[in-house]
Amino acid sequence: MIEPALRVEAVRKSYGHVEVLKGIDMQVKPGEVACLVGPSGSGKSTFLRCINHLEKINSGRLYVHGELVGYQEKKGRLYELSDREVCRKRAEIGMVFQSFNLFQHMSVLENIIEAPMKVLKTSKEEAVIYARELLELVGLSGREESYPKQLSGGQQQRVAITRALAMRPKLMLFDEPTSALDPELVGEVLAAMQDLANSGMTMIVVTHEMGFARKVADSVTFMDAGLIVESGPPDQVLDNPQNERTQSFFSKVL
Amino acid sequence: MTRLDSNKEQGPISSTPVSSEATILNAVPIRHYGRWIATIFLLLVAMVMVKSLITNPRFRWGIVGDYITSEPILDGLRLTLILTVVAQLIGILIGIILAIMRLSSNRVLARAAWIYIWFFRGTPLLVQLIFWYNISALYPEIAIGIPFGPTFWQGNANDLITPFAVAILGLALNEGATPFAVAILGLALNEGAYMAEIVRGGIVGIDQGQSESAKALGMTHMQTLRRIILPQAVKVIIPPTGNQTILMLKTTSLVSVLALADLLYTAQTIYARTFETMPLLTVVSLWYLGITSVLTFGQFFLERHFTEGKQDRITFTQRITGRVSMSKSGSELGQAERAKHND
Repeated sequence: MIEPALRVEAVRKSYGHVEVLKGIDMQVKPGEVACLVGPSGSGKSTFLRCINHLEKINSGRLYVHGELVGYQEKKGRLYELSDREVCRKRAEIGMVFQSFNLFQHMSVLENIIEAPMKVLKTSKEEAVIYARELLELVGLSGREESYPKQLSGGQQQRVAITRALAMRPKLMLFDEPTSALDPELVGEVLAAMQDLANSGMTMIVVTHEMGFARKVADSVTFMDAGLIVESGPPDQVLDNPQNERTQSFFSKVL
Repeated sequence: MTRLDSNKEQGPISSTPVSSEATILNAVPIRHYGRWIATIFLLLVAMVMVKSLITNPRFRWGIVGDYITSEPILDGLRLTLILTVVAQLIGILIGIILAIMRLSSNRVLARAAWIYIWFFRGTPLLVQLIFWYNISALYPEIAIGIPFGPTFWQGNANDLITPFAVAILGLALNEGATPFAVAILGLALNEGAYMAEIVRGGIVGIDQGQSESAKALGMTHMQTLRRIILPQAVKVIIPPTGNQTILMLKTTSLVSVLALADLLYTAQTIYARTFETMPLLTVVSLWYLGITSVLTFGQFFLERHFTEGKQDRITFTQRITGRVSMSKSGSELGQAERAKHND
């Protein structure tokens, strides 16, 4: 049996007294594109941030490529990993944010080569060559020296995707990557993501773009109030939802 | 306010196409009688002051001229500058460390930094200086070792402070190293408390998304701080740090209580002998003014260096007259208004 890229077992997460995730189970196979959909506040983004340990889970188990995230299990006890070890694992998981979060004081090229050089200890020459290669793939050749402020939202988000890819991740997380974009710029980002999906990257995408989910996703998971309500192939979940809550949600957004 | 209102009035007019002739109005501008009176008054005051500076013989400009580049005054100036630069640099370093401690998730570290800032901001610097000067009254012996454990080194408190000073500068000063070390120590520790708050403000002001994306890329806490957060915080930190440096220049004059021959104390020793009090205080003031002007100039260029985008850059004269900020915000307001009306 192939080890799943992501295996989640009964994950719970609360902020104070508010429980945001109430027992999530999920599996994503390598090379699969999984879309997470659902109303705001349903816990999708929190769940995504738990996958690379930006948020700590309160109970349950979360494995990426068979390895426990943020902890080590020895003789039935969990030990928290050090900052350095957490970072080493995070380096294998790329993440793209809703608000791009490019480093404002660095040029496009510097944004991309920073982590490969500092975290993977790649030589500068090598990092630059790979960065240029990736920029060409997302159609941004020639913008190496620009600063984030000088780019459109769509361009910034494509740089952010490139920056994550420069770390050669095994898994990519997208947190509403097109929600902060002008409608006319959404297409270019989705196209870059589709190319990435076609190249065989494992992707988990929180999105409101149902068209993208239908076309690219292998599975669509509908979340509501901290629980997974329904999950399956896109045509089944989007067109023929079984659960009442799913039906009412899609009747409004589709 | 008037600017805002006039923009609103103009908005709808400028958005509708009007022939160029109609826009040129032959209106009589508002007469600002109040401003005219104030201007004449200030000019008069300035004239009286200049006349007195020139004609009042008691200023004794001749003596001022004799002393301003005299050997002892220049030595005093040198010490003042060394104190300013060294104490400020150490203060900045302490400030960065304290700011990082205050933002730490470890409560002990955060609280320790808070107590440090509370203590050093809560007591007068003058008291602190005298306190450090007399520290040997409190701890005649200082030992280095593990608390409640073995001792590695033991000696006089002044013996400990003296090599500290020599180590900082590698300078054998005529004044004796101990008051100098006390001065550096006192000024720097106090400055650190103020710098800590400035640095913290700069760090807190950076969008959380910046550190989150750095973390997501696998960068460690320290890497994120050093490569992502601090470089961006510098832009916010520079202007108040410039102010602090200018403040430090003048604060160093407090070290005269330690009988340390800085600019002010040198002048004081001279006029205690010759009774040329006013001319020597004039010499001192002129030097402080001169150095402050140089620092202000330097601060301006540092700030401009950290301003992104050349179109935002202004010249030094524009900065002094304050003209640029007025006209710029005015035109920006105008544009915003126009954009709104076009919508």
